[in-house]
Amino acid sequence: MGTLSSSVVLKDSKAGDRGPKPPIYGGDSGGPDGGSSSRDLDRLRRARLGLVLVLVTVTMIFVSFTSAFVIRKGLPTIDEKTGAYVNDWTGVSLPVSLLLINTTLLILSSLSVELARRQIFRRAALAPVQAIPGVSVGEDRSFPWLGATVVLGLGFLIGQWIVWQELRLRGFYLATTPSSSFFYLLTAAHAVHLFGGVVALLSAQSISWLRRPVETQRIWVDVTAWYWHFMALLWVYIFALLYFAR
Amino acid sequence: MATTAPVHVHAAPQGFIRRYVFSLDHKVIGIQYYFLALAAVFVGMFLSLLMRIHLVWPTAQIPLFGEIKPETYLTLLTMHGTIMVFFVLTTAPQSGFGNYFLPIQIGAPDMAFPVLNMLSFWTTFVAFVVMIAAFFVAGGAPLHGWTGYAPLSAVPNSGPGEALGADLWIVSIAIFCIASLMGALNFITTVLDLRAKGMTMMRMPLTVWAWFITAILGLLAFGVLLSAGILLLMDRNLGTSFFVPGGLNFTGQLTVTPGGLSPSTTNFTHHGGSPLLWQHLFWFFGHPEVYIAILPGMGVASQLLSTFSRKPIFGYKAMVYAIMAIGILGFVVWGHHMFMSGMSPYSAFAFSIMTMCIGVPSAIKTFNWLGTLWHGRIRLQTPMLFAIGFVSLFVSGGLSGPFLAQPVLDIPLHDTYFVVGHFHLIMGVAAIFGIFAGTYYWFPKMFGRMMNERLGQIHFLITLLGTYAIFMPMHYLGLAGQTRRYSQFTEVAYQTKLVPLQTFMTYAALITIAAQFLFLINLFWSMRKGAKASDNPWESTTLEWSTATPPPHDNFGGQTPVVSHGPYEYSVPGAPRDFIMQTDPATTATH
Amino acid sequence: MGLALLVVIWLITFVSTYFFIAKTWWLPHGASTSAAFIDGQFTLTFILMGIVFVAAQLALGYLVWKFRDRPEAAPVEYSHGNTRLEVIWTTLTAILFIGLNLMGSRVWANERFAPASPGAVQVEVTGMQFAWYFRYPGPDGKYGPTSAKLMDASAGSEAAIGLDTGDPSAKDDVVAGVMYVPVGRQVDLTLRAVDVIHSFFVPSFRFKQDAVPGLAIHMHFTPTEIGDYEMACAELCGLGHYKMHGMVKVVSQQDFDSWLAAREAEKQ
Repeated sequence: MGTLSSSVVLKDSKAGDRGPKPPIYGGDSGGPDGGSSSRDLDRLRRARLGLVLVLVTVTMIFVSFTSAFVIRKGLPTIDEKTGAYVNDWTGVSLPVSLLLINTTLLILSSLSVELARRQIFRRAALAPVQAIPGVSVGEDRSFPWLGATVVLGLGFLIGQWIVWQELRLRGFYLATTPSSSFFYLLTAAHAVHLFGGVVALLSAQSISWLRRPVETQRIWVDVTAWYWHFMALLWVYIFALLYFAR
Repeated sequence: MATTAPVHVHAAPQGFIRRYVFSLDHKVIGIQYYFLALAAVFVGMFLSLLMRIHLVWPTAQIPLFGEIKPETYLTLLTMHGTIMVFFVLTTAPQSGFGNYFLPIQIGAPDMAFPVLNMLSFWTTFVAFVVMIAAFFVAGGAPLHGWTGYAPLSAVPNSGPGEALGADLWIVSIAIFCIASLMGALNFITTVLDLRAKGMTMMRMPLTVWAWFITAILGLLAFGVLLSAGILLLMDRNLGTSFFVPGGLNFTGQLTVTPGGLSPSTTNFTHHGGSPLLWQHLFWFFGHPEVYIAILPGMGVASQLLSTFSRKPIFGYKAMVYAIMAIGILGFVVWGHHMFMSGMSPYSAFAFSIMTMCIGVPSAIKTFNWLGTLWHGRIRLQTPMLFAIGFVSLFVSGGLSGPFLAQPVLDIPLHDTYFVVGHFHLIMGVAAIFGIFAGTYYWFPKMFGRMMNERLGQIHFLITLLGTYAIFMPMHYLGLAGQTRRYSQFTEVAYQTKLVPLQTFMTYAALITIAAQFLFLINLFWSMRKGAKASDNPWESTTLEWSTATPPPHDNFGGQTPVVSHGPYEYSVPGAPRDFIMQTDPATTATH
Repeated sequence: MGLALLVVIWLITFVSTYFFIAKTWWLPHGASTSAAFIDGQFTLTFILMGIVFVAAQLALGYLVWKFRDRPEAAPVEYSHGNTRLEVIWTTLTAILFIGLNLMGSRVWANERFAPASPGAVQVEVTGMQFAWYFRYPGPDGKYGPTSAKLMDASAGSEAAIGLDTGDPSAKDDVVAGVMYVPVGRQVDLTLRAVDVIHSFFVPSFRFKQDAVPGLAIHMHFTPTEIGDYEMACAELCGLGHYKMHGMVKVVSQQDFDSWLAAREAEKQ
């Protein structure tokens, strides 16, 4: 890629079917040493690219759920008694205030994960300086934003659980109406994805406990943070869909 | 080997488990995928053999198996289709060869995410085990066909095998989806981010283009199938009604599924779901899946036709745009599977036009393949034979498409053997010919030895004649109105008359299947006893032939290749030999 | 090997094409108003695709033999393609494919978009594992209600489709296991399924339509010749799929009327 040195070793290769033939190579990419090297930037870019593709997949899953939702909602079904087409869609009564609290929690967690992301970028930038013996850039005692995000995220998940309980109290079970089926489906699918984010955050944290390089941690936190933002955005979308199209 | 500072790839691992089982090396993973698909193809082929025998000799006693019952026939059919589509046609050409050769062909030391790559293989493996397990549970494997149309697939008492067997079938496919998504993500990132210096997109071999576009198709399609599978599982086990309408009656039993997450005292009957919704979701995945199966084969055919004709591929750019066009159009034609389903006839009209459009890039490819042969010096070695066979099958299978794409002709042909013949030629055996071509071509690189030419030629001739003898008559049967998925033709008088042709096809299948053991023998014999292969036995130009045979752990022995040429520079006037490798220095101006 | 390939590919081409042209196995005799058009469109498509098939396969066989590698072979023509040829070829295929499609759409439109004519014979087709039932609404022109709860296949045709015999509109409904239709009159079908998807397929009428649970699908066709026509279920519906066939008897209007009257009389 762009980091290749220009020291191209050229060797003429003779007839291809005669013995092993050395290929033509460029230099190696990146150096074995040197803090936030271009190699780390390569890794970061690659991880972000991978994340974008993950988000494409997640989007496709929710797009198909949404289209199922829209089709099902507009779909007339035959009424058994009259033989005529009727629309059997009945809206769920949503516990809106509870959902708003959860939404607030998730948005706050999105903010805190962004702070965590910026924090780790700062720490990674200072890492080479700190590595110099005798140089101190102050105690690393900043606020544990990663931990805060995990707590807020778990708070959101527990909040969603409470919403489910509330819905059951109101008589809307999974199979009660098509609308309630979709409510449980979409919220559960989102919760599973968000839980994946929580696990990713915990592994990002454990990287620092395992004393792996800060660069690795930075990549994990960065990618998870973007994923988390996407989850927050996705939730807002799901909430809007469930609220306005119920 | 030139030795400079080692590149950043992980060192070759020690120990059997790390090297051969949970390996992170894309080459090992590629071979793992290949052998998984090889196991799967023999299972799938055995199932098809049982089906063909049952169709014409229904009372035959199969050793260890006994007589095949009608419902067993449907089970065989379902599992044959599912195993072949997912674990063979999606696994071997894309995950197998793609894993092994995509990184090498773009000059990368490995995939972008090696751990994810390993996970994706083992997830596929688990999916395969779960799929096979469906045979052994109470009630056996499901009978709803590989398309799993609801409500047949959504109601456990719709038939034998629709209980636990069908659940396992869905779970297996869901796991497979996740594995494929991981694989697709890895392929795309690798192509976009790990190309060697000088390897511009328009210098990538057409195999890489095919794998790349296939990965994009997979990334967009498998998520939809995963969603559909989740909805189907919920309908089956949790009492929801996404696909199951109300008022169903199965041989006197009302369908009542215990309502999950519901008060224990109440049961819910299904109400208001849409069977067509499943078909829409399934075919939104299902049609791109057809191209997932065939595009890598097209890539291999292009690569081989150029290499063995000693001539640049005819219209490289057109080929690339054609692959892209097929990929894009592949997402807007799914409704052509549903002309008879009760879908709106207006949308059928639109789907039909789009489907005809997809014939155009396919025709471009065929034209360009023939153009590549024109005025070449064709070396008829076994890989090339299969590439030529691919073109022939692609033409034959492709030309029945415009019949089925017209709704009005689909009326008599839909769900007849005509369709079975069509898709077996084009996405079944054409794709298999792509796999064979790839195997004979890349075997020397993968295992360091040559495969036997004579055995390969015999294998090719029997297989080509055999596949035509099996699948061409299916078109005749379809014209005569023979419906597919019938385990017997005894009940419908006009179909009974067609049994002699079916008998002919069964004999052809017996011979063709027997010939596949020649391939198996050739494969395993050559692995140990074949003639030693040089680094570039076919005098090819792409990067995998510029490294050692078999390639070292990091593909290029601690070096990063630099690319100065397009992928198919054969017989360049003024060049010292009749091919210029992509890594050759840029002395001769090419693109 | 080049000659062997040429022989094999040409042989495959000729044998495959022969059985199509000889019509050894072909569409059954058409017996409905749309059959003629569909067969015509089929033949046209067949001729066009057949020409492309034969041309492409013969060219493939010939090129492989002609340009095979041998010592006296002509040198390779170094070329990356010919854009003009590609454009011509692409345009031709596009016109061919899309033109074919537009031509075929007329009958599709007639059969599917236009409603049935007012004088059409009403028949409701019900598919179930693994039988077909045909219901005629009787003199009142109205189908009586049915219910899954009333279905009992062992208690005769009416109970099999769960007809609510207490309802006044059901009193004159006739349910039969064989479909009778008068010749030359449009048949207005209502397709239903009570368990899984089935497909009503009468090859001689060039007619096929899925019967989908939860939907009542309307479709119409006009039989043109008196005779018995076999129908088969064309959508996988379970273990007895292969047994799910039926009979369509096309009779004269007079025979149809007397058959229907006899069925009505049986009910009283």
